[in-house]
Amino acid sequence: MSDTLVNATHGDRQRVAPARAKTHSRRHTPVTGEGPWARRLLIALAIAFLALFLLMPLIVVFTEALRAGFGAFFDALAEPDALAAVRLTLMVAAIAVPLNLVFGIAAAWAIAKFEFPGKSFLVTLIDLPFSVSPVVAGLVYVLLFGAQGLFGPWLQSVGFQVIFAVPGIVLATVFVTFPFVARELIPLMEEQGTGDEEVAMTLGASGLQTFLRVTLPNIRFALLYGVLLCNARAMGEFGAVAVVSGRIRGFTTTMPLHVEILYNEYNSVAAFAVASLLALLALVTLAAKAYLESRYGDALASRTPR
Amino acid sequence: MPGFGLALGYTIAYLGLIVLLPLAALVLRAGEMGAGGLVSLASEPRVLGALRTSFGLALLAAATNAFFGMIVAWVLVRYRFPGRGLIDAAVDLPFALPTAVAGIALASLYAPNGWIGALVAPLGLKIAFTPLGIYIALVFVGLPFIVRTVQPVIAECDREIEEASATLGATRWQTVFRVVLPPLMPALLTGFALAFARGVGEYGSIIFIAGNIPYVSEIAPLLIVIKLEEYDYAGATAIATVMLAVAFVILLVINLVQAWSRKRFGHV
Repeated sequence: MSDTLVNATHGDRQRVAPARAKTHSRRHTPVTGEGPWARRLLIALAIAFLALFLLMPLIVVFTEALRAGFGAFFDALAEPDALAAVRLTLMVAAIAVPLNLVFGIAAAWAIAKFEFPGKSFLVTLIDLPFSVSPVVAGLVYVLLFGAQGLFGPWLQSVGFQVIFAVPGIVLATVFVTFPFVARELIPLMEEQGTGDEEVAMTLGASGLQTFLRVTLPNIRFALLYGVLLCNARAMGEFGAVAVVSGRIRGFTTTMPLHVEILYNEYNSVAAFAVASLLALLALVTLAAKAYLESRYGDALASRTPR
Repeated sequence: MPGFGLALGYTIAYLGLIVLLPLAALVLRAGEMGAGGLVSLASEPRVLGALRTSFGLALLAAATNAFFGMIVAWVLVRYRFPGRGLIDAAVDLPFALPTAVAGIALASLYAPNGWIGALVAPLGLKIAFTPLGIYIALVFVGLPFIVRTVQPVIAECDREIEEASATLGATRWQTVFRVVLPPLMPALLTGFALAFARGVGEYGSIIFIAGNIPYVSEIAPLLIVIKLEEYDYAGATAIATVMLAVAFVILLVINLVQAWSRKRFGHV
């Protein structure tokens, strides 16, 4: 519907454009656009700004990583502590992402398919972790589970360590990646309404069948999109994890923390080698995201910033 | 439609366990200290300095991003040029790139012996390990917030209004400032608030480039970490409470701006 509208205006513009070109002399600025020089200036300004702030840091990561050649680069990655960091990062993401995936589906189902009081407040609460500093996200778990925390003494008595251990890292990661899947699904499922599901149920499908065979296919690309963003953040989270990790080398250091340790030890090549893996992850995420947007844009909800 | 009870119950339980209970622990801890204790801890000179650094530079960076982000969004929506798609995708880099990676990259770029640092050093300008470095890092992390909030609104702008404005004798300059920009203001404000909120809480991309000199280039999140490492839970809680309160206020402001915008312009 909106597509046909856009096409219609485009068509009109094409029809109008030659006529305007005739009546206006070339020196005049077009009425609904900027003149060629203003246009070039704005494009140049935008590109220069992005090149300085986005491209340069990215290039530095890879050049610094390969500064001492490929041998040193691969040595840094093959080092046992680096491998342990990679394993821990993968493991944390493998726990945190599915947890938030299930939550995202449940939250979107309740919020998009039903009306209930306090709905918009619930949506605000779901977005809350994005407004909280990662460091504060880590701190709240220390206050809850740390040695002097609310449940600290009790946890100690049962011999289960959360802070300065893997469970704390997982919890902090779940917190900071909490809204990603839900906020991709909620607007999309609100747009889709309940029509498809009602038809399926009328035709005799059970609730589970309806969900698996009607709802899930309808939301699969948005789901993938949310998982992609959630995963990128889960693997790259630094602040929240830094607070709860205790940085026990080879045990509680995720890749970003390993990068920090190496960098602070002035082992720049190794730090950037591990960082380049994370940068690659970011590039793959961006490419997959752009692909999903261009190929399946209609199957995703309209973009909202985070 | 089935499953409402299960879905909502799970949502609330999970939200409660992961987000609300931990945040309640912070509020509880702050409550135990009382308003007086909280204020006296939060108004220590070093804490005040860190809060000023975080808030002031986040404000400055958000303002910079409001200007350049607006231009980037405008260029991406209105003009067609080679590489546009690539640039559009690249805008999200600060969202996707782990903050620690951005941090060490910016630090080595702007250090006195880095590519840009060495370039400005002869001018007597020092960027890394000064507040200027924090500002650079905050511009990096904040940019996508502005572009991604403003971009869809520019795309939805009705060009016929601009044509009408021109027909009525307005110059392009007048049209831009009096017809095009006003409806974009709510989106710009929202983006500004989001970038500011993110900047205030930012940690990973800053600590490597900041130099972390108390009273000068020490940010509030770092001071929380330092207090925690000293087992000064009360001090950490006080700073976190201030930051959390500000986060709530910003969230509230964003919601108000969007409600106002819906009423005034019919879009968010």
